[in-house]
Amino acid sequence: MWCRVLRLTPAHPYIPNSAESSKRKLVDFLGISDPEELYSDVPEVVKLDRPLEVLGPLPEQEILKRIKEKLSSVKTALDMPVFLGAGCWPHYVPAVVDFILARTEFYTSYTPYQPEISQGMLQALWEYQSMVCELTGMEVTNCSMYDWASALGEAARMAVRITGRKRVLVPKIIHPERLEVLKAYTEPAGITVEQVPYEPETGQMDLEALKARMGSDVAAVYVENPSYLGFIETRVKAIGEIAHDRGALYVVGVDPISLGILEAPGNYGADIVVGEGQPLGNHMNFGGPLLGILACRAERRFIWQMPGRIIGLTVDSEGRKAFCMALQAREQHIRRERASSNICTNEALCAVAAAVYLALLGPKGLRELCETIIYRSHYAMKRLNELPGVKAPLFKAPHFKEFVVNYNGTGLTAKAIHEGLLKAGIHGGKLLAGEFPELGQSALYCITELHTKEDIDRLAEALRGLLER
Amino acid sequence: MVVSQPSFRQARWDEPIIFELGAPGRRGHIPPRPEPEVVEAVGPIEDLLPEELVRKEPPRLPEMSEPEVVRHFVRLSQMNYCPDVGLYPLGSCTMKYNPKICDLVASTDQVRWAHPYQDERTVQGLLAILYELKKWLAEITGTHEVSLLPAAGAHGEFLGCLIIRAYHKRKGQLVERREMIVPDSAHGTNPASAAMAGFKVITIPSGPDGCVDVEALKAAVSKRTAGLMLTNPNTLGIFESKIKEIAEIIHDAGGLLYYDGANLNAILGKSRPGDMGFDIVHINIHKTFGTPHGGGGPGSGPIGVVEELEPFLPVPRIEYDGERYCLNWDKPLAVAKIRAFLGNVAVLVRAYAYILALGPEGLKEAAEVSVLNSNYLLKKLASLEGIEVPYGPDRPRKHEFVVSLKPLERSTGVRALNVAKRLLDHGYHAPTIYFPPIVDEAFMVEPTESFGVEDLDGFAEAMRAILEEARAEPEKVLKAPYNTAVGRVDEVRASHPKTMVLSWRMLKEREGLSRA
Ligand SMILES: Cc1ncc(COP(=O)(O)O)c(C=O)c1O
Repeated sequence: MWCRVLRLTPAHPYIPNSAESSKRKLVDFLGISDPEELYSDVPEVVKLDRPLEVLGPLPEQEILKRIKEKLSSVKTALDMPVFLGAGCWPHYVPAVVDFILARTEFYTSYTPYQPEISQGMLQALWEYQSMVCELTGMEVTNCSMYDWASALGEAARMAVRITGRKRVLVPKIIHPERLEVLKAYTEPAGITVEQVPYEPETGQMDLEALKARMGSDVAAVYVENPSYLGFIETRVKAIGEIAHDRGALYVVGVDPISLGILEAPGNYGADIVVGEGQPLGNHMNFGGPLLGILACRAERRFIWQMPGRIIGLTVDSEGRKAFCMALQAREQHIRRERASSNICTNEALCAVAAAVYLALLGPKGLRELCETIIYRSHYAMKRLNELPGVKAPLFKAPHFKEFVVNYNGTGLTAKAIHEGLLKAGIHGGKLLAGEFPELGQSALYCITELHTKEDIDRLAEALRGLLER
Repeated sequence: MVVSQPSFRQARWDEPIIFELGAPGRRGHIPPRPEPEVVEAVGPIEDLLPEELVRKEPPRLPEMSEPEVVRHFVRLSQMNYCPDVGLYPLGSCTMKYNPKICDLVASTDQVRWAHPYQDERTVQGLLAILYELKKWLAEITGTHEVSLLPAAGAHGEFLGCLIIRAYHKRKGQLVERREMIVPDSAHGTNPASAAMAGFKVITIPSGPDGCVDVEALKAAVSKRTAGLMLTNPNTLGIFESKIKEIAEIIHDAGGLLYYDGANLNAILGKSRPGDMGFDIVHINIHKTFGTPHGGGGPGSGPIGVVEELEPFLPVPRIEYDGERYCLNWDKPLAVAKIRAFLGNVAVLVRAYAYILALGPEGLKEAAEVSVLNSNYLLKKLASLEGIEVPYGPDRPRKHEFVVSLKPLERSTGVRALNVAKRLLDHGYHAPTIYFPPIVDEAFMVEPTESFGVEDLDGFAEAMRAILEEARAEPEKVLKAPYNTAVGRVDEVRASHPKTMVLSWRMLKEREGLSRA
């Protein structure tokens, strides 16, 4: 039996006590002859009697080689212009952000359960919360949800708990995945989600339709600004008033980058703000991790219904400034099935990225960034709209960084154009036919500070080439 | 009596809040400006936005130069303990070493810059990695098919509960089957997830051996039972030996068995939840597969299911036809998605590299050494005065164990919380305390396989010194810690409605109020 213990040479680099000499110490101290004895209470029928069928162990350089080989054929926004957004957006990540996130003290630690030895993470997260509050015009933010979609789901449940009502009104124009997630979060709680139609010309929420659906059973009215299809919802103030008139809460979804130039939702009546924090210093990473934003006003009935971790500023035994997790009595580890949410592990490091990012850009940088995005996206709309049969933007409304391009007049399908562009080394926008059939042959394009005039011109020329063929 | 004094000292920067730093006009990053031709073609920006929707006041963000930002966050980082500097035996959290090669591969451009809606033909390599990973996770857990979608363990639990709902609904039994059974030793996320998915939580007491009380379980099941949520080894670190019998009771009652994967590290390559009879299994990638915990996240919480439940997994499914990888969105029975896109890919790529680095033998070795380390440390601590081992010291524990400091509290007034704080002074992160809820003055210790015998000895010695100090100078322990960035933090003040300050905005409003 001893030989089984000795067999394990060489020791594994990640496992100090896999070295024979160390393992012998442990085994001797425990008075056993084989580590397997510690599994004596595992019934034979549930023991695995063969090695797992997984690859490895590989030497480190082989791991690198294997993964690099697999990834070698992957083409990204670094290899070709990619005009995709739709909830995960390409933005530049300043080198400082990655540098700070690589601080092992941040990225290998965990939830700051012991505040005295975790002040760094706590302060960074409190600063994140504070900056999100400045952006959104809210007073309280939690220190992250999984993503925008799940944050919306939690916000809807929160609104239902606060109001005791069970209907939630959302726009017809909403990211289909976000809508699906909202339903996943609300359906088990008996909440109904209804969509409010839009004005076909402008995409704006149809206020008459909204009023017709309002009632004293509506818990929340939700709008997105900018909307999923990139236009700015211009009557956000009026929508908030319609919600409040009937005692409903007003929930606003945002792309936080846009708040460098757009009005803070807190200034047009929002009670709860949700959004996707990924653009704030987080790489796209093929769609995850993301950063769910959830903020609200500093009212007791709101704060106590917040999901997730919230960091508070307090003092230590000497009266010095200190931070710790606050209001934990809302959370699952204390309240169990009556908790405000089940969330435990969150996206803290992405929140730190957002804090570093916002500190680097500051108010002026963020404003300039928004301006660049708006100039370039409008330049793109202009260039594309000049092409025969192409309409950009489809909706007559102000836009931020995304817009719908409609190909109905070209005689080509959106799919065919996508194929043609891809052949020309350009990745066009997201095809919308499946989600919004009423928009015909359309695609959702995204322009950020990463898309230069040259990229946009290339897109326009390639598209012209396809149309002229 | 002289008690040996800890020598650890954490950095103690008196670092201002970021809003107090910088100066007007300073810049930390300058984004590109639009090309002049672009500006000319587009015209004045004021004409592009409705005036009432343009911010009147810029957000009050800091104005800092780049070096200031770096110094601020580096100083903060120095006031944060992490497993790369020492033992972090936070029970239930598996704070193992995070291999650096995994970070390296996850930070390659092809991962970072890939967009989730890219044409499948442009991201074959990424899909290949995710596909292979999900096959491995299915093999490791003994399940049929895996979804990589959930962002964390609790998120996986929620998805699992939605699948249990969908399963009973399909059978026309959702109306009756409203009850989810959860042992009293379960993690808080289990009952919270079940409740979020619309189930009534039925809590069953643990037996005298700390395991599921089979009689209590039998009494709890009925035709209202939707399922049982369980982790094995359980939160006491004890293997539920009667797992087959438990599974049979639940299945006979028409329920499903959910496995909370928080404790999977103990049984890698040794035993598989699928073989124990579990129908749905989540995996905490950030625990078992060595990905960094990020100061609280991001993690990743894939779930595996048995063949019968495969149709209910959410879309898109990553599929492979022998030549190409693709995303299949067409699964009529799929439950709704619980987040956007495919999952926490940057975390999953790390797990892929981790499995490659360990292979079948290494994974098993990780499990065995985590269990060896845990039992070694338990035996060392069990001999200390003031510590009691609930549910008997004789049964081997798995990757973690729970002791009670009740005897210490009784004789000295020093509580588990105080000992935890004093451990910080010795340069160790504290274990999980007051969990599981069924143990008084609980001290839940999970050393993981990543630390050597000398680290374990050092921890045991620190515990010995603290317990001795508690008897000699209880005041000293009660007021700990002393060597950390700040002293004992006033957590009550942080949560009190009159004193809570949850943002800079609230702070300024409070200050304004107190001046008025
Ligand atoms: C036993 C147990 N179950 C579930 C969870 C929830 O996992 P996560 O934090 O990844 O959501 C945890 C962890 O924190 C846990 O310890």
